[in-house]
Amino acid sequence: MTKKLLTRYNNTPGSHTLAFYQSVNGYQALEKALAMTPDAVIDEVKKSNLRGRGGAGFPTGMKWSFMPKAPVDAEGKPKPKFLVCNADEGEPGTFKDRLLMTQHPHQLVEGMIIAGHAIGATRGYIYIRGEFVHETRRVEAAIEEARAAGFLGAKVMGKEWSFDLCVYRGAGAYICGEETALLNSLEGKRGEPRLKPPFPAQVGAFGMPTCVNNVETFCSVPTIIAGGAEAFASLGTERSGGTRLFCVSGHIEKPGVYELPINITLPELIAHCGGVLGGRKLKAVIPGGASAPMLRADEIEVAMDFDSLAKAGTMAGSGGVIIIDETACIVEVAARLLKFYEHESCGQCSQCREGSHWLARMFDRIERGGGTEDDLNMIAEICSNMAGQTICAFADAVTGPALSTIRKFRSEFEEHVRLGRCPCKHEGHAYPHSQIHHASARL
Amino acid sequence: MTVLDSTITQRIDAMRPHFPTEQALLIPLLHEIQGKAGWISRDAMQEAASYLHLPLSKVLEVVTFYTMFNTKPVGKKHIQVCTNVACFLRGADQLVASLEKRLGVHAGETTADQRYTLSEVECLAACGTAPCMQVNDDYHENLTEESLKTLMDKFDQEFQ
Repeated sequence: MTKKLLTRYNNTPGSHTLAFYQSVNGYQALEKALAMTPDAVIDEVKKSNLRGRGGAGFPTGMKWSFMPKAPVDAEGKPKPKFLVCNADEGEPGTFKDRLLMTQHPHQLVEGMIIAGHAIGATRGYIYIRGEFVHETRRVEAAIEEARAAGFLGAKVMGKEWSFDLCVYRGAGAYICGEETALLNSLEGKRGEPRLKPPFPAQVGAFGMPTCVNNVETFCSVPTIIAGGAEAFASLGTERSGGTRLFCVSGHIEKPGVYELPINITLPELIAHCGGVLGGRKLKAVIPGGASAPMLRADEIEVAMDFDSLAKAGTMAGSGGVIIIDETACIVEVAARLLKFYEHESCGQCSQCREGSHWLARMFDRIERGGGTEDDLNMIAEICSNMAGQTICAFADAVTGPALSTIRKFRSEFEEHVRLGRCPCKHEGHAYPHSQIHHASARL
Repeated sequence: MTVLDSTITQRIDAMRPHFPTEQALLIPLLHEIQGKAGWISRDAMQEAASYLHLPLSKVLEVVTFYTMFNTKPVGKKHIQVCTNVACFLRGADQLVASLEKRLGVHAGETTADQRYTLSEVECLAACGTAPCMQVNDDYHENLTEESLKTLMDKFDQEFQ
């Protein structure tokens, strides 16, 4: 049985309350961390091999160590430092942060206070996607309880250090999951990513040094401090410590969030979730959220850790695993994904704004049977003009599903072109809701 | 008629100490306005701009960036069905089709009686309980044709 660090108390009544959290040793890690120097906390997190759970998998301790120790402004006055939690969960296929905030908000709050101590922040913001109305209330209630108990506010646990948290609601923009877009949104602006450098550790929220981490990353911190870095590291691989929350969805018998060893293999994960829906045959898997290149059914013998999936030409990303069985039309799935990216491109860089739009139109046209051989060849060309050419990684993300589907399932695309229709649909059977697609195409 | 009442301004003013700039209060203020009025009119944008000492253009550029902000009125129940890939694989399109049939509108439209607006939205981060939709503040998950019908019947009754 896997050791569970973050979801041990799932579905336990009252797990979101301070009383429950303290009854299972909650906030003891904070007490321990406050007795340590900030550098000692950072070292502990470095030793734990915790890697960011938002998608990029960057080592968390290293990210914290990038924060300047005593930043000053042009006049020599000390600058405040900010801590930000990225709870703008929106990568299609990902739904773990929602669970963590609903059921274990104090784990997040405690993790953030420890992180705030480590980097010397005075204030933290939790940026939650706007749709999460109930999750926001849960986190706000946890903050209130923590403040009343002296874990937040002036003199945290009686120490000479003040730290407070504030929730900020997003308003529906996938791009705000990109950390610099999130910072712009937090400042009340359009969520357009910033050119880097400067990195947020130098110029972040409101121009101040800022550290941004994902919900699951912060939630891992109390267990690292409480149980020690070695114990956490030993649960993972050589280069990535701890367990991982896998979000399994699509054509799977038992969809849900599963806390499992980070290096579980994909076939083991599928079996753990009850196998492919209805016992049908697997066709493809998106292993790390919509932006991760698809794996074909014959490519799934791979471990789910960051390095193994990167070696397999895809990515572990946000832990969102979408299972696709033989009944699905890959062209239709791809068209759906490209429509998403078209909608969510912030429009700042022309390569991405135009490219995502063209790709969405081409995939849709191919799916409807209006595509040509030229379309199939042009997809790679458009992608090569997008990836690596823009301010943020969104354009690269668009090419993940676009290129992997056309390369790995080319015969399905060719059949659409040859037949002039989607072979997966019966003749005379209208495309499920074509009028909606027309309406949203806005050509 | 002004949209900014004392309830809203008190809530926004309570957030001020947390933020170094006034502009940071813009998105919270727009949420408050929409929470009260259901949408954000040009007049409301002007009020928000005045209250936070921002040019109207700053408000306009933010309102138009974010999907959640409605720039035209919506029905009393705003039904937002996720049609992204995980929900799609679990039959979201059929749900949209049956809602369109039931309500007599296409996605993106509001019923003539102003009760319902039907929208297709991108991932709501509830893929493990797909297909799902959001109606006003609430998520409805693991939807089937039957559970959708039960839910819609319940909504209809609320209007009686």
